[in-house]
Amino acid sequence: MFAIVDYDTGNTRNLKKAFDYLQVPTELTADPAKLAAAEAVILPGVGAFAAAMDALRERQLVSVLQQLGRDGKPMLGICLGMQLLFESSAEYGEHQGLGLLEGNVAPLPTDLGVKVPQMGWNQNALRQSTSQFASIDQGYTYFVHSYYAVCPAEELVATVDHGVTVPSIVQRQNVIGMQFHPEKSGQVGLQQLATFKDMVNANDFSSN
Amino acid sequence: MLAKRIIPCLDVADGRVKKGVNFVNLTDIGDPVAIAAAYQEQGADELVFLDIAATNEHRETMAEMVEQVSAQVFMPLTIGGGITSVADMQRILRAGADKTAINSAAVADPQLIKAGAEKFGNQCIVVAIDTAWDEQVQQYRVYTHGGRQATELDAIEWARQAVALGAGELLVTSMDRDGTKAGFDQRLYQQLGAAVNVPIIASGGAGKLQDFVDVFADTPVDGALAASVFHFGELTIADVKGALTAEGVAVR
Repeated sequence: MFAIVDYDTGNTRNLKKAFDYLQVPTELTADPAKLAAAEAVILPGVGAFAAAMDALRERQLVSVLQQLGRDGKPMLGICLGMQLLFESSAEYGEHQGLGLLEGNVAPLPTDLGVKVPQMGWNQNALRQSTSQFASIDQGYTYFVHSYYAVCPAEELVATVDHGVTVPSIVQRQNVIGMQFHPEKSGQVGLQQLATFKDMVNANDFSSN
Repeated sequence: MLAKRIIPCLDVADGRVKKGVNFVNLTDIGDPVAIAAAYQEQGADELVFLDIAATNEHRETMAEMVEQVSAQVFMPLTIGGGITSVADMQRILRAGADKTAINSAAVADPQLIKAGAEKFGNQCIVVAIDTAWDEQVQQYRVYTHGGRQATELDAIEWARQAVALGAGELLVTSMDRDGTKAGFDQRLYQQLGAAVNVPIIASGGAGKLQDFVDVFADTPVDGALAASVFHFGELTIADVKGALTAEGVAVR
């Protein structure tokens, strides 16, 4: 069972539908024991960074998620959920994140002739040729966000261009983030979730 | 770079797609899930469903339909028609929609845009504008109630106001061109593009491949919406994207 972290963020149901479609059993839960017992932990997220961290704190999930991530639990953050995995964000003030990935979250520049938020389909460039997510190369995925991760090159699996280079998939061993919405990105998006499932099943997070 | 979006629009009543859709291999021509899946297969970037009955009872049916479509079709879904409150928005978003489009209700109460944007985020709130050129006053006049009721609003000014209140996207239909297959109203989209900095979806007038090429070449719109040319197979999404690619327009 994959646990989808339930902390009152929107949009968890479409994610669950995508896993249902892939025949991956999921459970929406905020119970630390269930998160620990799950094969993988999915961190969804829509909205503002600080509010999401507050909601995790209220449910006393911050240290739980940090510990699970450090102990090697397969973890997938999606959209804002990916941003929460980093050290901090500059969204409406400086806020601490989970710190499972190295890097920070910054606003997309608005002076580069692109519209912010980035809303729509953008084309991925693969940054790690040996990655298990290699199928995403040249594929389009669906983005809706105003902030983006600034992180070391070794964490970058795929990026898109939106005025600046925007990390699309990031990975540090068992901790993976997707800035796009795989549940809204057609076959390409479903393929990335299926790849994550295969990595969990094979317990192989080596090649990023 | 973001791809330009090609968006089929479907009219829905009683949880069924109306006006029919003529696809090969589609046995049930009114089934929203089958039609949405067929469009996903063709490469549509997004789907707009418009509730043309829009009573309370129908809105419940609409939510059920969105629930079913979003379990089988994995692309952005925009739902419009008869949404008049934050509660309506919440119901349709919870069912699996990504955006809600509001039109007459936004004109009647512009604060609805703000309330929706504050609760769900700007990206969820699409303001739909129906407009026609008024030769007498030399401006684009806004119409409501499915185009039946004229207002005093200037479309460009109303677009600015809607964005200031939190609209994350504008879906703008030229009533002059709607149903004519004479091409998109490019002057309208040029003026809108100069006025606002949110995505604009052009609607009304698509008839041939060149119409799509022209609207993306000559205006800053982000997407183009069409209904009948796609429903009746006069053009496929792939045809449109092929023509756009040949002209150097980025599409998925």
